[in-house]
Amino acid sequence: MANFETHEHDVLVIGAGGAGLRAAIEAAASGVSVGLVTKSLLGKAHTVMAEGGIAAAMANVDDRDNWRVHFADTMRGGQYLNNPRMAELHAKEAPDRVRELEAWGALFDRTKDGRILQRNFGGHRYPRLAHVGDRTGLEMIRTLQDHGIHQGIDVHMECTVVTLLKDGDRVVGAFTYERERGRFKVFQSKAVVLATGGIGRAYSITSNSWEYTGDGQSLAYQAGAVLIDMEFVQFHPTGMVWPPSVRGILVTEGVRGEGGVLRNSEGKRFMFGDIPANYTSQTADNEEEGWRYTQGDKNARRPPELLTRDHVARCIMREVRDGRGSPHGGVFLDIAWIKERIPNGAEHIKKKLPSMYHQFKQLADIDITKEPMEVGPTTHYMMGGVRVNADTQMSDVPGLFAAGECAAGLHGANRLGGNSLSDLLVFGQRAGQFAAEYAKQNGPVRLDAAEVERAGAYALEPFGRKSSENPYSVQHDLQTMMQDLVGIVRREAEMEKALDGLTGLKERAVKVAVHGNREYNPGWHTALDLNHLLTVSEAITRSALERKESRGGHFRDDYPDKDAAYSTFNTVIRKSPDGRMRVEREPLPQMSEELKAIIEEMK
Amino acid sequence: MSDTAVFRVWRGEGANGKFVDYKTEISSGMVVLDAIHHIQATQAPDLAVRWNCKAGKCGSCSAEINGMPKLMCMTRLNSIPLDEPVTVQPMKAFPPVRDLVTDVSWNFRVKKTIQKFKPRKPDAADGTWRIDQEDVERVQEFRKCIECYLCQDVCHVLREHSLHEKFIGPRFLTYVAALEMHPLDTANRLEELRTQHGAGFCNITKCCTKVCPEGITITDNAIIPLKERIVDEFYDPLARLFRVFRSDRDSK
Repeated sequence: MANFETHEHDVLVIGAGGAGLRAAIEAAASGVSVGLVTKSLLGKAHTVMAEGGIAAAMANVDDRDNWRVHFADTMRGGQYLNNPRMAELHAKEAPDRVRELEAWGALFDRTKDGRILQRNFGGHRYPRLAHVGDRTGLEMIRTLQDHGIHQGIDVHMECTVVTLLKDGDRVVGAFTYERERGRFKVFQSKAVVLATGGIGRAYSITSNSWEYTGDGQSLAYQAGAVLIDMEFVQFHPTGMVWPPSVRGILVTEGVRGEGGVLRNSEGKRFMFGDIPANYTSQTADNEEEGWRYTQGDKNARRPPELLTRDHVARCIMREVRDGRGSPHGGVFLDIAWIKERIPNGAEHIKKKLPSMYHQFKQLADIDITKEPMEVGPTTHYMMGGVRVNADTQMSDVPGLFAAGECAAGLHGANRLGGNSLSDLLVFGQRAGQFAAEYAKQNGPVRLDAAEVERAGAYALEPFGRKSSENPYSVQHDLQTMMQDLVGIVRREAEMEKALDGLTGLKERAVKVAVHGNREYNPGWHTALDLNHLLTVSEAITRSALERKESRGGHFRDDYPDKDAAYSTFNTVIRKSPDGRMRVEREPLPQMSEELKAIIEEMK
Repeated sequence: MSDTAVFRVWRGEGANGKFVDYKTEISSGMVVLDAIHHIQATQAPDLAVRWNCKAGKCGSCSAEINGMPKLMCMTRLNSIPLDEPVTVQPMKAFPPVRDLVTDVSWNFRVKKTIQKFKPRKPDAADGTWRIDQEDVERVQEFRKCIECYLCQDVCHVLREHSLHEKFIGPRFLTYVAALEMHPLDTANRLEELRTQHGAGFCNITKCCTKVCPEGITITDNAIIPLKERIVDEFYDPLARLFRVFRSDRDSK
């Protein structure tokens, strides 16, 4: 091990988006030494892209809101597969986490009496999202970053984890490579927090950047942790569809929250035609009422455009499939029409949705204050991930914690917009707190020199190969296959085909050759990411095959209805001793009587 | 538009390198970063480039395109002439690492030297503050910054004179302005701003404002007001006189 630069910390946090930064800040505040490893530069993680806001029942805009309503909304949105204790903690603690950001310098938009303003969002009964125009994620990550750099956290930028290291059952560190020089760094730590985000890059149309290759889910799985709910991938209904090079880039739900409407090629607001039974009582049945809701009328019900993301995405797919789509294979999202209702409408749009205005103007030559946008579904978020203890965020592996998108439980079968940023804060804080406690309570750790040597040899393998297999083409073929065969609409035969495809892709992945030097070599990086992408793709496919019903983000064309028999368990993925991936069903966590009563009351 | 174009891309390790021409297919709506990715996937798998969001929100893919500091992800091919090679090279104000990637770590070190946010006591018993939307909006312009460092790249104090040790550059002057004008902040950063942060080096050529992809009016709205406050605090003749008398009195 003498060859490798080694760092020792009490807590090692992997990932520096909202969850990772919040965890690192919390751990450092409790007095332990903290290392933070991030695949990109600080402040560039995907949190920066979040637009709409942070869901927290502060009741600044509507005093009928409270944690119980937020809890019930989250459970309803997740089709009751959520971990109820996580949904409870999240709803209770999110307001404090938002106020804490303000104390660290975040500046949210304000109500008339100077409090934090909250906006409407899909699936939330009351205006609940604290926001800054449509760049809330930037405000959040910058606030955490600027606060975090003064907390004595040891930050390692552009550093990627190759594998976690173990001492017996316990995770005790990570083997990483630092991109700039291509050197290895070994981290020894008493606890590890995974905060690596999502898996969007397993698909060809995604709002996620190159980083989101399922590292956390895959690393945890390899280390013996359990993954749950991996069939639940959220396809956000509104991604850009044109031009081709920007396909998948997100168009915030805030557009619909501000009064934007979805129309098909016949000019019809098709969402009115398909409102699920469990939402009819909360949904407007005419355009006028929907409009009043977006303008803050407390007596109006929300327009059907603000139904949950899974449902809106499927309605868009249906319009396109049935030949009522827009010219480039999406539907129309129109915010320009509000000029009929609001004086200075164009200015209002630019003020409320500045980065959307900017994005369409620059990337698509479209002025959203004058013409409709073309939008279609894009792979956005992974509800599934590492199974954790609801209170402590520790996985089934001692010393290994997970928070944010790479952890599972809070969102069940479908995540509500705005619940992600609050998830990062609430469970980032908890993971940091409990990882630090674990580090204090559990003695020193020891690295296994042979394991470290093996990790180094594994990482260098692609340089020694002589094949013509290129990591980019394996990645590309995987993305195309997952998009086609395990996408928004799923069928048994196609997914079986995908499993065969994965076997072939795995064989290719171990043959990829990398050229050039070790310094800042993206080909090498892509080669090392492949294993993670293949692992999560297999987990998604196997879980999706197991769930023979349609629920939340998971839609089976061959089982188009929800089935009560499937409402009692989570799909569970674990590595069996022979190295193969095993899929099982495990009963949902118990729900307290208090929480059951809340759900009944709010039905 | 299914055509080809030639990209003249800087390839090199550290300071040693050369431009290499790559001919690649282009299509409607493409941006420069798409072309770079296409070259990477088909011709030069080890071509180093830093990027993340591809939507102008993270500020990772800064480079110089035909000599102009820009985000590669927001530069559409139809905005640049394609009848001659398009040059793409790394930012000049920072040490080159490899190909299009530069070492921007200096920026992270500088930020740490700036006094952190220090809020006033909460306004309400529940620990929260009351702020007017108007006061929020004044600072929001600066808080839009995506830290792409293009303003640092184009600033002649850093680019031509390499005064990185004496001057924090437009990005961090904007950062200080955002903190100083924050409605809740109570710290005073003017002394460091004048001394170790070198605000005086800026001579208001406004190059930074011109290249800002977020359209922040860096010079007029951030730097000039800071300079005025420094003048008021340290060079105002009346205040100076007052200080002279006081030190005179103190020395007696």
